[in-house]
Amino acid sequence: MIEISPRFFRHSPSLLARTAFFVMLSLLLMALDSRSKYLGGVREIFSMIVYPLQKLAHVPMSMYDATSELFQHGEIAEENARLKQQHLVDKGQLLRLRALEAENTQLRKLLNATQRIENKATVAEILRVPHDPFNRKVLLDKGSMAGVESGQVVVDDIGVVGQVTRNYPLASEVTLLTDRDHSVPVQVVRNGLRSVVSGTGREGVLELRYMAINTDIQEGDVLVTSGIDGIYPPGLPVAAVSQIERNPNYIFARITCTPASGVNQNRQLLILSARAPRAGTPAEATKMKPRPQEARRQ
Amino acid sequence: MLSLIVALLLNLIPLTGTVRTLQPDFVALVMLYWYVNEPQRVGIGMAFWMGLLMDLSNASTFGQHALGYSVMAFMALVFNRRMGIFEGYKQAPQIGLVLLSGQIVTLLAGLFAGSPFPGWNFFLGSIVGMLLWPLLSAILRVPQKPWSASDAR
Repeated sequence: MIEISPRFFRHSPSLLARTAFFVMLSLLLMALDSRSKYLGGVREIFSMIVYPLQKLAHVPMSMYDATSELFQHGEIAEENARLKQQHLVDKGQLLRLRALEAENTQLRKLLNATQRIENKATVAEILRVPHDPFNRKVLLDKGSMAGVESGQVVVDDIGVVGQVTRNYPLASEVTLLTDRDHSVPVQVVRNGLRSVVSGTGREGVLELRYMAINTDIQEGDVLVTSGIDGIYPPGLPVAAVSQIERNPNYIFARITCTPASGVNQNRQLLILSARAPRAGTPAEATKMKPRPQEARRQ
Repeated sequence: MLSLIVALLLNLIPLTGTVRTLQPDFVALVMLYWYVNEPQRVGIGMAFWMGLLMDLSNASTFGQHALGYSVMAFMALVFNRRMGIFEGYKQAPQIGLVLLSGQIVTLLAGLFAGSPFPGWNFFLGSIVGMLLWPLLSAILRVPQKPWSASDAR
């Protein structure tokens, strides 16, 4: 039975059959990955293989940083002086903030309201911006070993960047605001109007969907997180309205916004680690909302 | 295969802006080199696994690149005979065609998974890859020179 035909007649499955097998396998994987959660473990194992390579690919960047720092001594001194000044200014504000926080907790106690948990934050660096036009995601170099969980909010120094959607032991995946499947509940600073801003899948473009034509919204309006979802802490800047198209033929206005934060500009991001508690009623959230825009201008 | 690991590294280099749109898929290029020149030593399975690695590092749907790479490998193996006729830079248009069809398959897979159309810039990568082909095949041939000379290929 074994080896009846001579060795040179033995065929492996035909090329087409092998290709078909692998095509089927990848289609199956795609279906599994998009419809269910079974592949989490597999992903984790693969991520451990890829992680050293990603680190290695990052080496030129960090070397460039190190060498450029070597040559920019003067600039650094200048920057240091400027930062010290900034630090002083910030410290003054922080003192005021502490006083306000203490006052706030006292008032909340009086009101018997839920205590706000202080947000702690982890600084993480962008490990990789995928060369992939299909999804707006970045990889950060902190993972579940550093206490990062999926669902946490990621911000930079200006505003919201996105949300951790997957975490591996040593890295985590952040879905950016501009991802097509990503939405953030927001509020217009000017008049407190609440809405949900969604990504479009294009870089630097967000959209306010399902807003009636006669909605009171203007170009240049600043949107901040409203905090009513219980995930995003209220008051973080998200975007500014860049263009409004009011076409009477449609029920809804086309409102496009530009995100406040720039993932392309900075490499360090902040992962807010504590989830904000549910902010009572929406009306209360509006009242309690700090105004970051004003705070920064002072 | 060391060359594939290096290619994966090249793909993972964090780039931004215009350079990023022009960045060709090095893994696909190196893989195609092996499929064209050593079809006996590499199977379609390799393309599949490299595709999975790319999916993971790109954080895209599992299997999307694996599908594209498998199709590319198939085309390269089918075109293998024809490639032998051409020398050096004349292979480039054919490779461009294979790269482009691989990208189209990946794109279709992405569209079915629910991604929006990424824009025509998406295809620039394979054109740059096509232009890089002669250079790349020359580089990959360097370590094998003494061997292939005695082999009288």
